[in-house]
Amino acid sequence: MSETEKLANGVKSRDARCIARAISMIECGDECSGSLLQMLECSGPPVLGITGAPGVGKSTLADALIRHYRSMDKTIGVVAVDPSSPITGGAVLGDRVRMHRHYTDEGVFIRSMATRGAYGGLAPASMGAIKVLSAAGYDMIMVETVGVGQSEVEIMHLADVVSLVLIPGMGDSIQTLKAGIMEIADVFVLNKADLNGIDELERQVMDFIHMSGINDNGSMIIKTVASKNTGIDKLSEAVTEILGRKKCR
Amino acid sequence: MGNAKKIKVLVAKPGLDGHDRGAKVVARALSEAGMEVIYTGLKQTPAMIASAAAQEDVDVVGLSILSGAHNEILPEIVKELEKAGMEKTMVLAGGIIPGDDATELKAKGISEVFPPGTALKSIVEYIQERIS
Amino acid sequence: MDSYKKWEEGILKPLVEKRKERSGKFLTASSAEVDRLYVPSSPDHGSYTEKLGYPGQYPYTRGIQPTMYRGRLWTMRQYAGFGDAAETNARFKYLLEQGQTGLSVAFDLPTQVGLDSSHELARGEVGKVGVAIDTVEDMKMLFDGIPLDKVSTSMTINSSCAVVMAMYVVTAEEQGADPSRLAGTVQNDILKEYIARGTYIFPPRPSMRLVTDIFAWCSENMPKWNTISISGYHIREAGSTAAQEVGFTLADGITYVEAAKAAGLDLEKVGGRLSFFFNAHNDLLEEVAKFRAARRMWAKIMKERFGVKSPRAQMLRFHTQTAGCTLTARQPDNNIVRVAMQALAAVLGGTQSLHTNSRDEALSLPTEDSVAIALRTQQILAHETGVANTIDPLAGSFCIEDMTDSIENQATAIIDKVDELGGMVAAIEKGYPQKEIQDSSYRYQMEIENNDRVIVGVNKFTVEENRTPRVLKVDPEIGRRQVSRIDDVFAKRDAVKAEKILSGIREAAKGSENLMPLIFEAVRSRCSIGEICGVLRDVFGEHHEQVVL
Repeated sequence: MSETEKLANGVKSRDARCIARAISMIECGDECSGSLLQMLECSGPPVLGITGAPGVGKSTLADALIRHYRSMDKTIGVVAVDPSSPITGGAVLGDRVRMHRHYTDEGVFIRSMATRGAYGGLAPASMGAIKVLSAAGYDMIMVETVGVGQSEVEIMHLADVVSLVLIPGMGDSIQTLKAGIMEIADVFVLNKADLNGIDELERQVMDFIHMSGINDNGSMIIKTVASKNTGIDKLSEAVTEILGRKKCR
Repeated sequence: MGNAKKIKVLVAKPGLDGHDRGAKVVARALSEAGMEVIYTGLKQTPAMIASAAAQEDVDVVGLSILSGAHNEILPEIVKELEKAGMEKTMVLAGGIIPGDDATELKAKGISEVFPPGTALKSIVEYIQERIS
Repeated sequence: MDSYKKWEEGILKPLVEKRKERSGKFLTASSAEVDRLYVPSSPDHGSYTEKLGYPGQYPYTRGIQPTMYRGRLWTMRQYAGFGDAAETNARFKYLLEQGQTGLSVAFDLPTQVGLDSSHELARGEVGKVGVAIDTVEDMKMLFDGIPLDKVSTSMTINSSCAVVMAMYVVTAEEQGADPSRLAGTVQNDILKEYIARGTYIFPPRPSMRLVTDIFAWCSENMPKWNTISISGYHIREAGSTAAQEVGFTLADGITYVEAAKAAGLDLEKVGGRLSFFFNAHNDLLEEVAKFRAARRMWAKIMKERFGVKSPRAQMLRFHTQTAGCTLTARQPDNNIVRVAMQALAAVLGGTQSLHTNSRDEALSLPTEDSVAIALRTQQILAHETGVANTIDPLAGSFCIEDMTDSIENQATAIIDKVDELGGMVAAIEKGYPQKEIQDSSYRYQMEIENNDRVIVGVNKFTVEENRTPRVLKVDPEIGRRQVSRIDDVFAKRDAVKAEKILSGIREAAKGSENLMPLIFEAVRSRCSIGEICGVLRDVFGEHHEQVVL
């Protein structure tokens, strides 16, 4: 059996080490990554995308969702993407910190990825990571990105359900979100809903939905306070509903 | 940039010590040298560190500890890394670790111990010289 | 000067009548007499009284007591603690014998975060950075042979403060002392934990409730006790600038005063029991200016922002510790000199109490020899250098007054920014102080690496070092011994009663009543710190950091 075959088998038996190495191979464009991917059948779990500007609580939300799904005995693979510095090429990836309670849970796999600055360079790598996690048999995949870069928006095209996270007080800066992200959002998650300005934010989002005519897709608005675990079940129900409407990958 | 292999470093604070100035300064310096740094936060147990290191498939694990608990905690971490299949990972430590303890730790799987006052440049170079 | 006469009659005289100065005459090393206070000879005393004033008079720029060190030297209070209570007890007795005038207790990390020595996360940590305290029995051993009504004790304890303070008071009671006469301080400054120190347990809001519970309880029961030591030391250690140290610390102070106000407490009373804790860093001139700016700013804040009238509540009283982060592992004896300079800055800055670091602190906890030198440093400063013989000697220096003004301006801008963000709790949630401090700390490090900033022995004047200095080692068996001590205490107590009280705390935590009386009962019934904080964790939840990188 070749090394690649051994690795593929390791992935399929959900060996964390093999999964991690497989993702690394794809990330650095190893010559064997093509054949590796061919050996991995994708079992097609739903991919939930979570995106939004820095500081809106994406990681806290992801953590709350993981807890929710774990309580239903679902296993989860998470890909958390953060921007690389265009100047140094390096990155500090800190999304894991907020998911720390799941570190030793074998039902959760968390992988941080840096955008590495290249247009279109990230999408294949993250797509590969999603494929690996799917083949490993996780019930659900979560992809978290910062929604302000073009490449991060592209990743969201890989998701079956896209949740755009917004917070009160950023109404005007909705405009600064990368073009395209508002349009592909399936769920608008209004986080930190216990703060002043939540009604105003809801109005602005509803205006946007109405004006852009995307309501035909049935976009939903869910209010959450991720840090207090509020609204998470509603969000989970919304996700289920949307998945029901779409075909799974 | 795109497909080149990046050096990946996990920076962790094991135990109860909450002083993270050094860890954060090192994390930043490593990223400015082009590495990808995964920062795990405070209150990490050896099992948590090993699990994160395995999932992130890092080349280096950097541990910052100022509480004096290094003799007990650091060898534990090396053991957990081995259990997680990460025995080839380079383990570095920094903080308040006296000279003779550092010598013993190096015999127990810690590659190098960086005392207070170490130049960030030397940590960066140490890693770059050994991880291709 | 008119204003001088007024001060002399109204403020100085009443104090000197109550308590004479240390000596009839104060002489320089050349036997020349030193005046109590030097004032400008020019008649621009309008601005003098407004900006500087006189010691013991608003805005207290020149000091909070009319006689300062001529009346009483600063308290020499060396932070100490390691291993188990018996070892620390021995170190306390040693320090008191060597002339230390107040006790300061360092607790180990499990104690600081409310965990028993038997907890999984306590492994390797028991007794390392301070003394291990699990139950009141450990506290009793810690102060065995030390009458608590005769010493003043400062305890560096924050998130688990309510429990540890209760253990101290119960120890005093069981010694036969009257709690209402106890003198001391608890650090009890939870906000800086989120910013710079990392030993928090619960999230900010319930933590603030515990802080005000302590304020209220002490106000009624321990009127001489300082209920908080609002700290800039750790913020500076985390890499902030001098202005940030003052700005963030006073912003924290504002938050605590607001919380006390919201809890219905009398600010005149509570204000008089707030104290501060600052860092004494390397740049002597900047540090002296910093302390003076802080005093002037706080007095204005209390008077103008909070309408507080009592002078005592307007005064910024502070403890200082020399900067640990400046000490080097290389050529450790150089640290003796660094500490001496830093201590000098603190004294010229008018500190009320002082801890001087030992030379080996970048290597480990200090040996007995090292700690003795650190104490002697203060004693030499006090008795041989003459700087304690006159008040605020650097006042009027163009440099010092300019720097004082400058720090005041920068720190005020920081406080304004915090106000804009909605107060300190909101600012912390948004990561503002953390980011500012990280940026300053990175900049400082880069200056060293680029040789723009010289650190002697580290990036200049280096030598090959072979000598491994003798360092203090903490007995690794101590963890095991503590666990059997806890078992002993549990075996002897009334388990049913203990359980009942813990449930009582759980219920009360869900409401808003003052938790102190119940915590006291729990401590008396020999509940452990892990048990009491565990119950609070269940109700309040645990806080985890919001990383800002």
